Amino acid sequence: MGLYFLCLALFCVGLYGVLRKRNLVKIIIGLAIIEYAMNLFFVLLGYRFHGRAPIDAQDQAILNMVDPLPQALVLTSIVIGLGVTALLISIAIRIYEKYGTFDITKIRKLRG
Amino acid sequence: MKPANIIPLFVIVPLAAAFLISLLGKYVRRFSSAAISLSSVLLLALSLYSCVLLKSAPAKVLVYKVGGWIPPFGICMVLDGLTAFMLVTVNLVAFFVAIYSLAYMNKYTDKPKFFTLFSLMVCGMNGLIITGDLFNLFVFLEIASIASYALVAFGTEAEELEASFKYAIMGSVASAFIFLGIAFLYGFTSTLNMADMAAVLNNKPNLWLLPFVSVLFLMGFGLKAALVPFHAWLPDAHPSAPASISAMLSGVLIKALGVYALVRIFFNIIGVTHTFLTILMFLGALSMVAAVILALSQWDFKRLLAYHSISQIGYIFLGIGLGTPLGILGGLFHLFNHSLFKSLLFLNSGAIDYAVGTRDLREMGGLNKVMPVTAGTSLVASLSIAGIPPFNGFFSKLIIIIACIQKGYLGYGLCAVIASILTLASFMKVQKYAFFGQLKGGFTNIKEVPWQMKFSMLCLAIMCIAGGVMLLPFLKPFLKDAVNVLVEGTRYAEIVMREVVR
Repeated sequence: MGLYFLCLALFCVGLYGVLRKRNLVKIIIGLAIIEYAMNLFFVLLGYRFHGRAPIDAQDQAILNMVDPLPQALVLTSIVIGLGVTALLISIAIRIYEKYGTFDITKIRKLRG
Repeated sequence: MKPANIIPLFVIVPLAAAFLISLLGKYVRRFSSAAISLSSVLLLALSLYSCVLLKSAPAKVLVYKVGGWIPPFGICMVLDGLTAFMLVTVNLVAFFVAIYSLAYMNKYTDKPKFFTLFSLMVCGMNGLIITGDLFNLFVFLEIASIASYALVAFGTEAEELEASFKYAIMGSVASAFIFLGIAFLYGFTSTLNMADMAAVLNNKPNLWLLPFVSVLFLMGFGLKAALVPFHAWLPDAHPSAPASISAMLSGVLIKALGVYALVRIFFNIIGVTHTFLTILMFLGALSMVAAVILALSQWDFKRLLAYHSISQIGYIFLGIGLGTPLGILGGLFHLFNHSLFKSLLFLNSGAIDYAVGTRDLREMGGLNKVMPVTAGTSLVASLSIAGIPPFNGFFSKLIIIIACIQKGYLGYGLCAVIASILTLASFMKVQKYAFFGQLKGGFTNIKEVPWQMKFSMLCLAIMCIAGGVMLLPFLKPFLKDAVNVLVEGTRYAEIVMREVVR
């Protein structure tokens, strides 16, 4: 149970970064932390303590195996996260070229 | 060929087009234009053909097993009434937008990159609509989202980059919530197949998990659909994109990613409750009224249209949230109509931007003398969105209001009427400032836009005028099948599983 709460804490740290930070780069880092927390949570869901790798060998009884599906899904999710982060960083670089700052309170050409 | 074998083509065709355009578009002249036209025509034909196929299918559902693996162990793709309806909506708008972009994108550099991203977005939307697997839905959602983040920033001006950054951050947080919801559902049901998950959830009631997951999904998909408390990104992101992409974003993306995914998950997998429907109706009515009031004070043409998108999404949610067959019919019909007239209005704004070079309503004036096609089609679209009788918007709004009264929600019906009147007021302003009145001095030698752009706008306008025929008996099954899928609710599991073993 403790592990799940640590996961939640990590998620909250990321959310704090996205919501409260004023620097574009720090916001992107916050988003990355959210993604790590999610991936960690999904892997935890399929984890068994003292479980073994899910390889179906001939003379082994099938008991207490780790669920392999979340691991496969998390790999996909990591790749998606990589794509989003790469796009965000390249946009942030272009924003810096245009505005000369990473501070979101100074990047305000659009009005509500 | 088995009829179910056309289903994966909805993902393969745009994906192949995106791949080939990015590979060859730079070296072969006109290749990107030819490839995008071909793939969008093919997709439109396939989506219409899928409706015909569905009519002859015995259980009104077709299942394709990816790689031959039997669901729930393998991934499956499901074609049912709602899917066919959404596919036609998406591919119809995508076809006209693609034709329009052939001429419009001459304003920008690097057409091949644009068409690559455009194809990827269509691929993501088609995949999300067609899939029968919850994690697959998340993957396609992200494909469509990432392509749209990049397309919003396509002009790489300061405002566009800022809007794209804002959109990307909020969209990614929304995706995180959706992913978390899927993780919880997987942990509880140990399956990812939608039909199987619905069956497990039916037999294994849980008091605390489902409300929690519902809130996660409502936040995630509500943000993608721009419901009012989560709408802040839309008025920035949609106007900043190139006009043809604004038409795609407002016309179909928020509906495929937001409305369709939300409705599919809640009606067919989790199962709707009275509380959930009440929340949906309240948020719908709130978006409807709040966004239209915000729209009244806008002077930027595209920004005004973006606020109206939020308001019209409110109508769709109000209709679907009623939960009665008539209400759902009204909501889905309005979804279809809105995708037509809102994409037409954005294409009009793009045409004005192309010819005159401004988006500010105060700088326009008297344009109906020099741009008759744009002025005429935008008049049709404005009357449709305001709900004036012969046009399609009138019928769907009328059905939603009648459904409200039938169920006894007079207040919501009144909200819908008031929002409709305010919409009319706002579009009167657009017509007066942009198209009627004195032609301004510098505008006398403006030319009408190229024929590709005129063709798309005229076709969409004709469909707006003739939209009411969708309610006639010979075309009604198209809408009725989609409504039935939602009315059946969690019996979806049974229907799909029976088709799998067939």
